[in-house]
Amino acid sequence: MADTLLSIEGLTKAYPGVVANDDVSFTVSEGEVHALLGENGAGKSTLVKMIYGLVKPDAGRMTMRGAPYEPATPHAARQAGVAMVFQHFSLFDALSVAENVALGMEEAPKQRQLARRIREVSETYGLPLDPDRLVGDLSAGERQRVEIIRCLLQDPKLLIMDEPTSVLTPQEVEILFETLHKLQHEGTAILYISHKLEEIRTLCDNATILRLGQVVATCDPKTASAREMAELMVGATLHTPSRAAKAPGDVVLELSGLSVASANPFGTSLKDITLEVRSGEVLGIGGVAGNGQDELLAALSGEAPARAEAVCLHGEAVGRLGPNARRRLGLLAAPEERLGHAAAPDMSLTENAVLTGAIREQLVANGFLKWPEAKGFAERIIEAFDVRTPGPGNAARSLSGGNLQKFVIGREILQRPICLVVNQPTWGVDASAAAAIRQALLDLAAEGVAVVVISQDLDELMEISDRFAALNEGRLSEPRPAQGLTVEEIGLMMGGAHDMEVAHVDG
Amino acid sequence: MDLSTINPAVLLASLMVASTPILLAAIGELVVEKSGVLNLGVEGMMIVGAICGFAVSVETGSPVLGFVAAAAGSALLSMTFGILTQFFLSNQVATGLALTLFGLGLSALMGQGYVGIKPPAMGDLNLGPLGDIPFVGRVLFQHDVMVYVSLALVAAVWAFLKYTRAGLILRAVGESHDAAHALGYKVVVVRLAAIAFGGACAGLGGAYLSLIRVPQWTEGMTAGAGWIALAIVVFSSWRAWGVLIGAYLFGGVTVLQLNLQAAGLDVPVEYLSMSPYLITILVLVIMSSGRGRAALNAPASLGRSFHASH
Amino acid sequence: MIRLEKRPQPSRAWSYATPVLAVIVTMIAGGILFAVLGKDPVLSIRTIFWDPLFGEFAFYYRGQLLVKAGPLILIAIGLSLGFRAGIWNIGAEGQYIIGAICGAAVGLAFYPMEARWLIFPLMVIAGAVGGFLWAMIPAILKTRFNTNEILVSLLLVYVAEQLLASMALGTLRNPEGSGFPGSRNLQQYDSAANTELIAGTGMHWGVVAALLAVIGAYVLLNRHMLGYQIRLTGQSPRAARFAGVRPRLLVVFCLGASGALAGLAGLFEVAGPAGQISIDFNSGYGFTAIIVAFLGRLHPVGILLAGLLLALTYIGGEAAQATLGLPAAAIQAFQGMLLFFLLAVDVLTNYRMRFGRAEVA
Repeated sequence: MADTLLSIEGLTKAYPGVVANDDVSFTVSEGEVHALLGENGAGKSTLVKMIYGLVKPDAGRMTMRGAPYEPATPHAARQAGVAMVFQHFSLFDALSVAENVALGMEEAPKQRQLARRIREVSETYGLPLDPDRLVGDLSAGERQRVEIIRCLLQDPKLLIMDEPTSVLTPQEVEILFETLHKLQHEGTAILYISHKLEEIRTLCDNATILRLGQVVATCDPKTASAREMAELMVGATLHTPSRAAKAPGDVVLELSGLSVASANPFGTSLKDITLEVRSGEVLGIGGVAGNGQDELLAALSGEAPARAEAVCLHGEAVGRLGPNARRRLGLLAAPEERLGHAAAPDMSLTENAVLTGAIREQLVANGFLKWPEAKGFAERIIEAFDVRTPGPGNAARSLSGGNLQKFVIGREILQRPICLVVNQPTWGVDASAAAAIRQALLDLAAEGVAVVVISQDLDELMEISDRFAALNEGRLSEPRPAQGLTVEEIGLMMGGAHDMEVAHVDG
Repeated sequence: MDLSTINPAVLLASLMVASTPILLAAIGELVVEKSGVLNLGVEGMMIVGAICGFAVSVETGSPVLGFVAAAAGSALLSMTFGILTQFFLSNQVATGLALTLFGLGLSALMGQGYVGIKPPAMGDLNLGPLGDIPFVGRVLFQHDVMVYVSLALVAAVWAFLKYTRAGLILRAVGESHDAAHALGYKVVVVRLAAIAFGGACAGLGGAYLSLIRVPQWTEGMTAGAGWIALAIVVFSSWRAWGVLIGAYLFGGVTVLQLNLQAAGLDVPVEYLSMSPYLITILVLVIMSSGRGRAALNAPASLGRSFHASH
Repeated sequence: MIRLEKRPQPSRAWSYATPVLAVIVTMIAGGILFAVLGKDPVLSIRTIFWDPLFGEFAFYYRGQLLVKAGPLILIAIGLSLGFRAGIWNIGAEGQYIIGAICGAAVGLAFYPMEARWLIFPLMVIAGAVGGFLWAMIPAILKTRFNTNEILVSLLLVYVAEQLLASMALGTLRNPEGSGFPGSRNLQQYDSAANTELIAGTGMHWGVVAALLAVIGAYVLLNRHMLGYQIRLTGQSPRAARFAGVRPRLLVVFCLGASGALAGLAGLFEVAGPAGQISIDFNSGYGFTAIIVAFLGRLHPVGILLAGLLLALTYIGGEAAQATLGLPAAAIQAFQGMLLFFLLAVDVLTNYRMRFGRAEVA
């Protein structure tokens, strides 16, 4: 066994109401790929923020190569040789690649020199990148390369990667793993955060499993079974959604040649999307983040108007109609972003029930709101979908992610849609809430509703979809029956490896 | 009307003088907005700068000390905005308005004893033979030092934003405060520094009005100059040289309408007086209607409060 | 070290308490300011806040209270609708001027005909329409060209002031005024005068309109879909679009309503307390109303109370000017301070203060 690089002992961090990390201890050896495994809310993010100097622990200590390690800021962490690839929030859209890289370095060289080094490193590791491009124009995978290169330029001793594969196609994941193996051979230790068991089994030497802020186990992922690890992670035997076999009915939703320009300057425009969804069918739409998912949802919900005939519901052209007119016809939607899109954070659940329910639940008469009925509707959602909250008078932002998501999805399901479109229905949601939501979507389809699930979680899509299609740069692949699709086929539908190439393993 | 009374050299020279207060205020606000903060209190900071500068230079007899005091006074005032928006997370629009309303009241209060006094004069910079060049010398090289300071500030801000690491960090904070925070940059500190710089610049602009351009103290003498400075930042698409063009364009309109008034143009004075405001609106419309990539220069976090939650 | 911690939901108790706290803190800071100016702070505060209501001359001042509060409340109610939706009309002063000019012009056009049932209502309509149309300029520029409504509405104040001067000196000048600027006095023209309805109370039609506006805004915001859409848009524009709100319509409605109300306030003022169009007709109500709107927490009932309080500072300020020689500007600074402190203590509504160890942030 190699020498210990980072040792963590009894790290504890409490926030009001939650203990994010409770007496967490583990060690990472030199050149080891160490997995940090846990569900959403298990405390992985808080833990790595402490290692990266963004959050100060309440108790416990860390040592780096035997010396005390107490980074007060990310600068200190970087100086100590720790680098981090973030899942969100660390790139600047309107700045160039080189500027973004410079911002993440302690002593950035002059821009021209930096641009040359970016080119060198990107070639060595098979991560092609143009230093002069604006980051906002890059795809999700390319954006991740910016972060990785930013880390590599500093020759880190420890590289932290937070859910790096959530923005990659299966082919790109393979290439990333090649890069990580190359780094490992060069002696860099990697702390790899994920909740995807298969990845961890192929990549990691050791795994520390967190649940509710505590270390529940440390194991060798190559020998432990996936089921074993899953149960350690979740703490209970998981309920797998059940589905009834059925023959699909008539075409409910039909898109033909749907093209919509993105409202966001860095967004992806939809190009010529054609598909059919039948009653009782779940159509899963996969794809890496930022390939037009938000735009597709907006085009279906009515937030982004399109050519009238491009969107048809039961043969009726609805492309020009706004959200409420579509709701009246039974085309409902639940967007990805819970706070600020699907729900207003500071408004009560009753008020949020009105947000989409006003029309189909008849909560308005002559322009005046019927608050008692609205409250009743909110209570029905809370009841039917087991939303944990003291009552409908509470603000949306006071709910946990999983509970709010159950409320948001439940709000649409209870309105008896003819066609329901959801984007990332279980993103950032704990496992039991996710299972409940998936089951609810399957039940809805069983009742004859046409369901479109847009998601970046391929496992989820394979679990609940009847047919599968993928978005890639605003285009939709031909939908295919989900059963029997291989990972390779799915990856190619998502755009394959784009322009990535395998790292030149020569060093 | 007698247009022959208008001397082009004098017109252009007075254009530079007329533009300087707004240029100073706008270049400061540009830096503030680049850091992601919208400070609508420019008008209030300008007028407080106007009275601080006026009072101090009258008391000490030194216009230079007056300008220093104006910058310091307005920077201090801007810190009330800074503390409120950065620590107390108040709404930036409301707080900026409060700053303007408070500044107008405070300046009137401070200026009680200074109405009707003439401030000590600030001489023009002697640039030797440059000033003697025909036409060009009169237009460009016979001004007080603040005109050149304002031009130097524009160049300095441009170079700072484009070439320095600190400028890059400032832009990054304005672009996404969450990302900047995640990388370990002190969002609040950067923004407070930008707000103070903006305050100091607005103060200089105000003092230029009361000490050189007018030169005397009257209540509410900025007459919307701070708002026009805000409009010019939009006009510039958040670029330093754009601010210069915008300010000189506005100064040109102002000087031209004053000259037309003096020449006895057959249009009621009130309509000429409102023309700079109308033209500012017109320019705003033209700039904001052209959407697309140009709008990307607007800092993405502009006006949003930052609170490091975890 | 003090730390802020976001509350899971806004505190109801603090949302009521913060305006009161702000007023108290402002009184203390104002007292210090007055002391610096060489005045007895306790006496000054008493002269401003107590004497007009309960002092020797209260019978006079109490009437003035409604006269000043009327336009402040009327304008602030309109502004609060937009502020709630994130639509910032800060040019109410301009809409107030234009409403006054339009209303007065209609009245003067009929002079000297006597027909109160016709002329006064027409003036009211003209005032509202004038303010509405003036506010439509930023509204249309915003919806059509995406132009910033804050700057346009504000710049239009200066344009309106020039128009006012031009009217007072030209078009609307009293032909029998021996060349002095200013229009005929509408108070002396029975068909156009906005008279006191109950003698000695200061109650005129503008105050009635303000009370109606308070009730109307309350119903709109709490019971009506449009009010719900306004609140939703202010909180999260994206959720509002998802809910089917048409943002442009909302911009037009909010700016239009606030413009019309500000125009009405101008008309009632010019036909009543002011009496005539003059160069210095406007006295900053349009800006003070911004303070009123925030102090009232953008809530109709809160605005009613805040309007009365700010009216009190105006009247008390005048009293303090007369008896103590406190400069008029001191009151203006005092009002600005009030808004500052309100915004500062407002943080308590959404955040909890924690005293203790600093956190790396």
